Amino acid sequence: MPLLDDDARSLPRVILSTRRMSENKTGNWRTMRPVIDRHICTGCQICWKYCPEACVKLTDKVPAIDMDFCKGCGICVEECPKRCVSFVPEASV
Amino acid sequence: MKKVLMGNHAAALAAKLARVQVAVGYPITPQTQAYEMLAEMKAKGEFPGEFIAAESEHSVMAAILGAATAGARTFTATSSQGLAYMHELLHWVAGSRLPAVMVDVNRALAAPWNLWTDQSDSLSQRDTGWMQFYCSTNQEVLDTVLMSYKIAERVMLPAMVVLDGFTLSHSYEPVDVPEQSEVDAFLPPYKPEVVLDYKNPVGFGALVGPKEYLRLRRRMAADMAEAESVIEEVGREFGAAFGRRYGQLDAYRCADARTILVTSGAVGSTARAAVDALREQGLKAGNLRMRSFRPFPAKALREFVRPGMRLAVVDRNYSPGAGGIWAQEIKAALYPRSRASVHGYVAGLGGGDITVELLQEVWKRVDSANASVPVAETWVEDAR
Repeated sequence: MPLLDDDARSLPRVILSTRRMSENKTGNWRTMRPVIDRHICTGCQICWKYCPEACVKLTDKVPAIDMDFCKGCGICVEECPKRCVSFVPEASV
Repeated sequence: MKKVLMGNHAAALAAKLARVQVAVGYPITPQTQAYEMLAEMKAKGEFPGEFIAAESEHSVMAAILGAATAGARTFTATSSQGLAYMHELLHWVAGSRLPAVMVDVNRALAAPWNLWTDQSDSLSQRDTGWMQFYCSTNQEVLDTVLMSYKIAERVMLPAMVVLDGFTLSHSYEPVDVPEQSEVDAFLPPYKPEVVLDYKNPVGFGALVGPKEYLRLRRRMAADMAEAESVIEEVGREFGAAFGRRYGQLDAYRCADARTILVTSGAVGSTARAAVDALREQGLKAGNLRMRSFRPFPAKALREFVRPGMRLAVVDRNYSPGAGGIWAQEIKAALYPRSRASVHGYVAGLGGGDITVELLQEVWKRVDSANASVPVAETWVEDAR
């Protein structure tokens, strides 16, 4: 059993995060994944506007969702006026 | 220069003398005058720091968390419900290892509403990671605020300076107010190792896993243990600079005493008078005043106590279902080897007078009690 009593004063007082958030990927606890149907999407950008994580990218007519940061909240699925975002279990992807 | 000051004003003046950079406040009886005096000094241009009038005590401590993270020396004062409302942020400030200093003016917690002195507010914050120091005079309030910055900035833990509502906060006493140059020589500017700085961005308060959390708490324990000697060291330095020396304990006429009144806060002054009265009756009485509650001065207490000693602990606080809090802590510190008996007395809750007469009665009761079966909790009130 490791004892934390020896040299306890060498332990840190605080832990600071010095990395940028772009390196600190936070999309790993997603259980459901939003998938956009390219054929139905009209490029209205409603999903981009509603995404609380700001991980919907508008590089193309059809938006791309950055899965390194998407938490799978499903707001884009709910808000899409064309109902073209399906929600699929991560396990099935 | 000697001035006649109430405790609240001694606290506010000490904050100014400590060159506090950010003072934050929200009014609550019986602390409000400390907040008002800081606001007035700011308006007159006598207090060069920032002064923030927050919208609640929760926001006060949040502002202090931010200001201290940015590297500022901070101050606030509160009381009772206000301190309870700060509770969550007290943990944040301590866990972030920021050396904030605050004043708490003891006042009973509701329900029912009560405005008067009672330690249930400060002692309820026992496990937040704040150091706690209890004062018995307005001079000690001013001195302890100054010492607290030095202690807190050494061990990187926040400190709460506690004084009795009305008994000290609103009572005028002569206070020797040091010159700014003397305070500057004693208390150098605060130089934090890491600060919030947009040129060198880092993330504070990040999520950590169980392994890191345990290790951070272990370090806090090490720093709390170190604080016990730092309190003594800074108390000696203060004595050398200003002629008033302080430690974790303050013993009065204890050298040949078998039964000792153990007190904290302003009751200490009354206890000295009770001890003098008992001595005049030929009784070997003493008073031990507890100045620190966190870190608990267990080591100093064990060194002080002699086998066969009887400690009459007077608690102006109560933990429902467990008894007086100082008595519990003292018993835990002395278990199992001290061979002293600890007798708990609960008195003066909600600001009731703890008089010289009452303390003499408590002392006599304990002096003639059966030491092998000490009563954990006896409730007493003044006869008047």
